[in-house]
Formats: sequence, structure tokens, C-alpha cells
Amino acid sequence: MQTTFTSSRILLPVRPWFIALSLIVALLLNMLPTAWWPGVPDWVALVLCFWSVREFRRVGMGWAFVLGLAMDVADASLMGQHALAYVLLAYGASALSRRVLWFPLLQQALQILPLLCLVPLIQAGARLLAGGDFPGVGFFLWPLVAAALWAPLTLVLLLPQHQPVEHDANRPI
Amino acid sequence: MAAFDHTPPPFFKRGPAPLAMLTLYVAVSVSLLVLDAKFRYLDLLRQALAVVTHPLQQLAHAPVRGLAQAGEYFQSVDALHDENQRLKRAKLEGAPMLLRLQQLEVENARLRRLLAVRDRQPASGQVAQVLYAARDPFSRRIVVDKGQQDKVGAGLPVVDDAGIVGQVTRVYPFVSEVTLITDKDQAVPVQIVRNGVRSVVFGLGNGQLELRFMPANADVQEGDTLVTSGLDGTYLPGFPVARVVKVERDNAYSFARIVCAPVAGVENFGEVMILAQREAPPPRPEPAEAVEGAPEEKAAKTKKKRPLRQP
Repeated sequence: MQTTFTSSRILLPVRPWFIALSLIVALLLNMLPTAWWPGVPDWVALVLCFWSVREFRRVGMGWAFVLGLAMDVADASLMGQHALAYVLLAYGASALSRRVLWFPLLQQALQILPLLCLVPLIQAGARLLAGGDFPGVGFFLWPLVAAALWAPLTLVLLLPQHQPVEHDANRPI
Repeated sequence: MAAFDHTPPPFFKRGPAPLAMLTLYVAVSVSLLVLDAKFRYLDLLRQALAVVTHPLQQLAHAPVRGLAQAGEYFQSVDALHDENQRLKRAKLEGAPMLLRLQQLEVENARLRRLLAVRDRQPASGQVAQVLYAARDPFSRRIVVDKGQQDKVGAGLPVVDDAGIVGQVTRVYPFVSEVTLITDKDQAVPVQIVRNGVRSVVFGLGNGQLELRFMPANADVQEGDTLVTSGLDGTYLPGFPVARVVKVERDNAYSFARIVCAPVAGVENFGEVMILAQREAPPPRPEPAEAVEGAPEEKAAKTKKKRPLRQP
């Protein structure tokens, strides 16, 4: 279990069902009708990136590929468009994970931002090559919002791991 | 790039190397992309995955639909009264035309029989509710609540109360996807009502349509109405499609730039009608036997790529 450099507490191990639940909730959020407003983040990409950084042994490219295919079908976009972007995102996030977690949350967000920016760029590249329509600048804005949400998201998604199992007065931490 | 070069010590068993897995997944993704974009082989996979994603989508849209229904419920009586009045007036205004239409259709059918011309196929279809717009920002599609269960097939035309909305492009068990006529490069064969000039109108992707490859001196005016010409065997002839909003004639180019706006509420939500499959057109004559109608037939055959200039 990795904690941040400044953190003084030891987290509980993550529960696999919580990872699955958070990813499914992210999928649901992506399917809300608000999802095509400019600047609304791609929740699946954000949560996937979070777990790939935190738990790169549990959540990796396999999850990214399956979730990408689900998003492709839900969005009626080209098959493999989200899958490709998410797989590359998951790989980049797990490769960076050993370094990123040593920084405070704001600096983590700065390091995650270029990774998230890759996602719309890859999608737009694939679609423009296939003869799609340019979606407008609004399509490329959500990584900024997503990076700003990195700190609150970390707090929320780590909440279940913060509770101690039992209080022990004699335990040092 | 030190972070990317890190390899774990060999004594921990970690499965295949991440780079190998990445290569595999990227290769699969790219081949899926190519298969879908070029060959469209993946409809079965898509339908299978839709069985999982469709309930999730329904769940995500439930609160929004609930809010909309609540809004309708609390709409004031005045607004409903006004709407009722307006609809009654519109019905009355349209009544003379409609009453005579029946007689005209009968007369038309009789005259066609006299001239031994094929009868026009009457339009029939089923009403579908627009569920939501597809989230894909690269194309313009809507999802309607009729699918394979209701005998909807790919290629069927979709209309609303004002004109052509689009064409069914993908069918799932319970829903189907309609590509709007404003989608980029979506083509509809049309005819100008005023003078009968035939052409093909293409979507521009920004909510407008364009008449391409019309010569700079073509007889097209602002305000002209375009209706389907029926040459494609998909759309029945005579449905309004678009109205010409701007004609730019530049001598530097051999073609005029003609921008049209769709007549139907293409980007609105509401109810649409999926028209039934059109009867198969008569078989095309063999090229060797064609004597007089040859150029027209040929143009009709290649209309998707190179529309007919002048009738």
C-alpha cells in the first residue's frame, strides 16, 4: 500500500468491490445527459487513472480496455476509440505511479494533467483519420477540470481506507 | 523517462511485461478501429455489449426523464390552454389542404393508372420517441426507442412533422441509432420544388446542409425548398428536406456554394416517425440495351458520388 509522502497514516488495503463500484459509478456519470457539456470530465478516464496510479496491480490495461469498449458502445462512437485512449492512459498512469505518489496532491494533479490530455487527443486523432467532424475546442477542455478534481477525488475514493479496524491504545500509530 | 524504463526485479512473478500487454491491447484497439471504420463488421459485438450498457444508460437517464415529466406535470393550465388553441387553429388552417389532398391523391392515382405509370407508394411507418442524442461529439446521431423488436432495419428513413430527419444506421434489440441529415457527409438525393432540378444535399456537420457540385450558374435561389427526389430507393419522393439560405457564386470556382438549413426539427428532441421499407424500385436496364434514357440512368446509378447536374 502506498501513501503519499506527507501522509502520516497507514491506509487499509483497498477492497476490490469498491474499485469496481467506483468504476461503474463513473460509467454511469459518463452516461448522464450532462456529459456532452464542454468541460465535463470523462469520469471513467479520471477514476481509471486514479486507480492505475494507486493500485496498478489490480487495475490496469485490461480494465481500461473493457471500460473503453463499454464507452464506445454507449457513445455510439467508433469501436476501439475509447479503448485505445484508456489503455494508453492506464499504461502511462501505472508507469508514473511510483513517482507521482511522493508528491503532494496539487503537484500530483500537475503530473496527471498531460496524461489526461492524451485521452481527447488520441480520440480526436482516431476520429479525424476516420473522416469525422472536428468536435470543437470544448472537447479538449475536460482534462483541465479533471486535474482540478484530482485532490477531491483522492479524498473521496480513499475514504473507505481511512477507517481504522479497531482502536488500540497501545498501538503507536 | 526514467519512470517508464523501470523494470521489476526478476524474482517477483508479475505476469507478462506491461509493455507486451500494452502492445497487445493497442494492436487489438487499432484493429477494432479499422474494422469498424472501414468494414463495419462489428455490429454483432456492438449489439452484445449494448445488452450490458443499455440498462446502465436507461438508469442514467431516469432522473432526467423524471424531472422532465415533473416539469410537464406542473406546467400551468394557461400554457396548455394556449397550446391547445394554437393546435386547433393550425388544424383548421390546414384542413382545406388536407380535405382536398385526399381527393387529389385519388385523382392522381387514377391519372397514373390512365397513363400506365406505377402507383406512388403510400407512406407508412411507426412513431418512435427520441431517447437522447448520442454522446459522440464527432457525429450527429440520435437514439430512438424502437429496435429489432419492432422490425426496424438499418437504412429506413426517419421523418418528423416537418420533413426528413435522418436515416436509421444501427439497430439494437430495443433501440436504434438514427444518423441525422446534418451529420458530416450524410447524403440525401433532393429535387428543387420550384424547377425540378435534381441534386444531392450533404450534411456539413455544423447543423447545416450543402448542395455540392452545382454549377455556378445553376438555377438555385435563396428560399428554394428541397424535397426528396426518391432516386435512391430509400426515401420516398416529395418529403421536404431543407431550405436554401445562402447562395454564393464565385467566378473563381466552377461550383456555387449553396448552404441550406434543414426544414425538420433535426436537432430537437421529441417524436419521430420511422417510415417503412420502400418497395424495391424496378430493375435497372442492362447498359447495352439502354438507348435513350442512358445518361439519366447512369447519373442515377452514381448519384452518391457524382450528382446529376441538370435534369
